Amino acid sequence: MQTIHDTIIIDGQEIPFTKGQTIMDAALAARVYIPHLCHYPGLTPSGNCRLCTVDIGSKSVAACITPAAAGQEISNNTSALNDARKSITQMLFVEGDHICPSCEKTGNCKLQAMGYYLGMLDEHFPQFYQHREVDASHARILLDRGRCILCDLCVRASREVDKKNVFAIAGRGTEAHLIVNSSTGKLADSNIEPGDLAANICPVGAILIKEQGYQVPIGQRIYDQHTIQETGLQENSVKKNDD
Amino acid sequence: MMNPCLHNRSDPTHEHLLHRLYALQQQFLHISPESMHQVATEFNLPVSQVASVVAFYSFFHTQPCGRFHILFSNCTSCGYLEDGQNLMQMLCQQLQITPGKTRKDGLVSIDETSCIGMCDQGASLLINGVPVTRLNPDKIAQIAHLITAETALAYWPKAWFAVNDVVHKRSLLLTAHFLAGSALQKALIHGTDETLATVMQSDLCGRGGAGFNTGEKWQLCREASGNAHYVVCNADEGEPGTFKDRFLLRSQADAMFEGMTLCAFVTGAEKGFVYLRGEYRYLLPHLHSVLNQRRQQGLLGQHILGHATFNFDIEIVVGAGAYICGEESALIESLEGKPGIPRIRPPFPVTHGYLGQPTVINNVETLIAAAHIILQDGAWFRAIGTEKSAGSKILSVSGDCRLPGIYEYPFGVSIQQVLDDCGAQNVQAVQIGGPSGTLVGRTDFNCRTCFEDLSTAGSFLVFGQQRNLLAINRNFARFFAHESCGFCTPCRVGTQLLKNNLDKIADGRGTSQDLVEIKQLSHLLQRHSHCGLGHTAANHILDSLQRFPQTFEANLKQHFTASFDLDKALENARQITQRNDAAAHLD
Ligand SMILES: Cc1cc2nc3c(=O)[nH]c(=O)nc-3n(C[C@H](O)[C@H](O)[C@H](O)COP(=O)(O)O)c2cc1C
Ligand code: SF4
Ligand code: SF4
Repeated sequence: MQTIHDTIIIDGQEIPFTKGQTIMDAALAARVYIPHLCHYPGLTPSGNCRLCTVDIGSKSVAACITPAAAGQEISNNTSALNDARKSITQMLFVEGDHICPSCEKTGNCKLQAMGYYLGMLDEHFPQFYQHREVDASHARILLDRGRCILCDLCVRASREVDKKNVFAIAGRGTEAHLIVNSSTGKLADSNIEPGDLAANICPVGAILIKEQGYQVPIGQRIYDQHTIQETGLQENSVKKNDD
Repeated sequence: MMNPCLHNRSDPTHEHLLHRLYALQQQFLHISPESMHQVATEFNLPVSQVASVVAFYSFFHTQPCGRFHILFSNCTSCGYLEDGQNLMQMLCQQLQITPGKTRKDGLVSIDETSCIGMCDQGASLLINGVPVTRLNPDKIAQIAHLITAETALAYWPKAWFAVNDVVHKRSLLLTAHFLAGSALQKALIHGTDETLATVMQSDLCGRGGAGFNTGEKWQLCREASGNAHYVVCNADEGEPGTFKDRFLLRSQADAMFEGMTLCAFVTGAEKGFVYLRGEYRYLLPHLHSVLNQRRQQGLLGQHILGHATFNFDIEIVVGAGAYICGEESALIESLEGKPGIPRIRPPFPVTHGYLGQPTVINNVETLIAAAHIILQDGAWFRAIGTEKSAGSKILSVSGDCRLPGIYEYPFGVSIQQVLDDCGAQNVQAVQIGGPSGTLVGRTDFNCRTCFEDLSTAGSFLVFGQQRNLLAINRNFARFFAHESCGFCTPCRVGTQLLKNNLDKIADGRGTSQDLVEIKQLSHLLQRHSHCGLGHTAANHILDSLQRFPQTFEANLKQHFTASFDLDKALENARQITQRNDAAAHLD
């Protein structure tokens, strides 16, 4: 079947897209990075983190859920948008408990990496200090809700890839929290396994595989060596080779 | 085809998930983990979906409520702060209870809730879901007595439950006579094309806020392909200060159902829903009786008015306390038995709505207008209003005025005219369209309410000179923080930050930096949120900064101030160590 190519323009660069692609899909395929945390190639996009907000004329839209349309003139890498992205990243930091130096995920954490990428030097907003439960019931997998950024990736990964539907998000506003679909609400009573995508997709240190936190020394971890821009583009090309 | 997600398959009445949960809540005064498991089995749903629904809606509780469960409205018009008195606190003191906590003996629980749409009825509350209006300290004392004596609600003074609708101004819709079935009869004679053309000619636009052209919406849905088409009436009316739908549901239910049926005739839908906000549950018996009457008259059901292929019926689904469910895609999620989280749009409901099928969603007033238009004609409607806003608009006027109530005007009436008519004097500001709308001051009172000037879904809140606008802003900020669905970062965190920032300013700890801060946050919400709630949640702050800068500035500290009270911050530590001696305090 012949694919019909049209183009959109991102920051002056012409980028082809095929019908059905979002702005994010088209951008990543052309190796143009649009910052994102809740998007993962191959999973249904959600649009909750809002880091990928781009401007089309006077309108702002989330690139991961907005269909590409011929002739769109899109601003992405502008200082105004990156400032807003920095604020959104800071919001995620203060909403949860992100004490990076004491977190197993440090160096491999996308939230932290986003902070680096956007030049975030402080948390700016006052901390929320919310009470959120830790679930250590599972022998191999830890769930620390204090670090959850509600990106919904584990929910989608479990539903769409693992076909297990282990997670859901419950509660409104700042009371939103991750719940486990099991008789007790505990991870131990769910059928999650360490090899599941849901157990490994968490961008932050909310879902961790136990007993391997320090196998890679600090200093040699992903974001000690790469930017989130590099890994974000890499993730997409890996996915493409899978297809 | 029945969707397993929505209806209990083992139950022939196909109860809706929200209704099943409501019934359990009625029976056990809360929804326990066991109940959730039971419902999950009955509906063949993951227990996590049931749990997330229970957690989403304010009227569901996982801890037992009191046998008398009281919710005070915290709206600026029907709220518990009346003439400088705190009615909720008063009742709590008399019953020796803390808000949000059920009394140990299980007799009573008291909490607050977002506007219950009684803004023209004085301070109001819901007791076991039924409104009690025109509260005052006297009545509060009597309520405390009745509760203490465990007097069943049936024996409380009837007059307390009265909701008196007062119409002060009538225009097109509230003067025209409407006979059940008359518009349908006409439509059946003229056919679907001509019926749709009549709606098109009227230039009717949605009354629920967004103002989308109604004829166009019907046409888009009609043209969209799908297994089934649906018509939904949005009776969620959650915008604080709005109560015109409450009045219309009471007085024009026939025209509303007929509007839905006409829409079904045009679009080919066979099923319709009214999504009624939980706060209006008390209207249910009335609505059901009108529906039954219409079924008996052959205006609903199979072969409507003898037409061989025209089948349509309406179900009422009652919400459970969530403002966001007024947003059309969140409403559909709720209809589908899920938390009310707005969908990604596009696709829009007209092509992918309920169960992914083409769906028209219209406001109560829109559907009533459509029924009248089809009965009269497009020109009848088009004859009044302004160039871009055809017809009349029904306003809910409340706040600091002599004559709160329902006012219907041709579109384009000036704010000053409304203020004169409702007997408002010494007005400081008017909030048009509710907290998500526009705050205007005296210099703008010549503005007109219509789509091309000040658009409004009907809320008209009057604030006199004596009102503290900072308190109003804090009230609105709390409302949005409470009602944010929590899906997207800017709104979930941003509404909370704005609320905290206004509290800080009111606390006397704000500096000029805080004004910069709230302005930036407001712009971030406007541009980066996922849905209309986030987009509009900071309007009141931006309006106040622009039109009433004194609101915030008067409370600012000129010099460096700690952003929090250090001694207060030690409270936690004092509680943990069980100390309260002088040494446990800072000076
Ligand atoms: C946060 C939010 C709340 C809303 N609440 C209501 C409501 O209570 N009633 C209503 O009719 N429309 C409400 N709307 C607008 C609906 O999304 C939708 O536009 C409307 O129901 C369409 O009907 P109409 O075209 O007849 O106005 C709300 C929108 C948002 C963003
Ligand atoms: S646990 Fe991790 S993957 Fe799941 S929602 Fe929270 S941050 Fe996202
Ligand atoms: S803007 Fe607010 S209400 Fe709308 S989706 Fe985001 S969090 Fe939910």
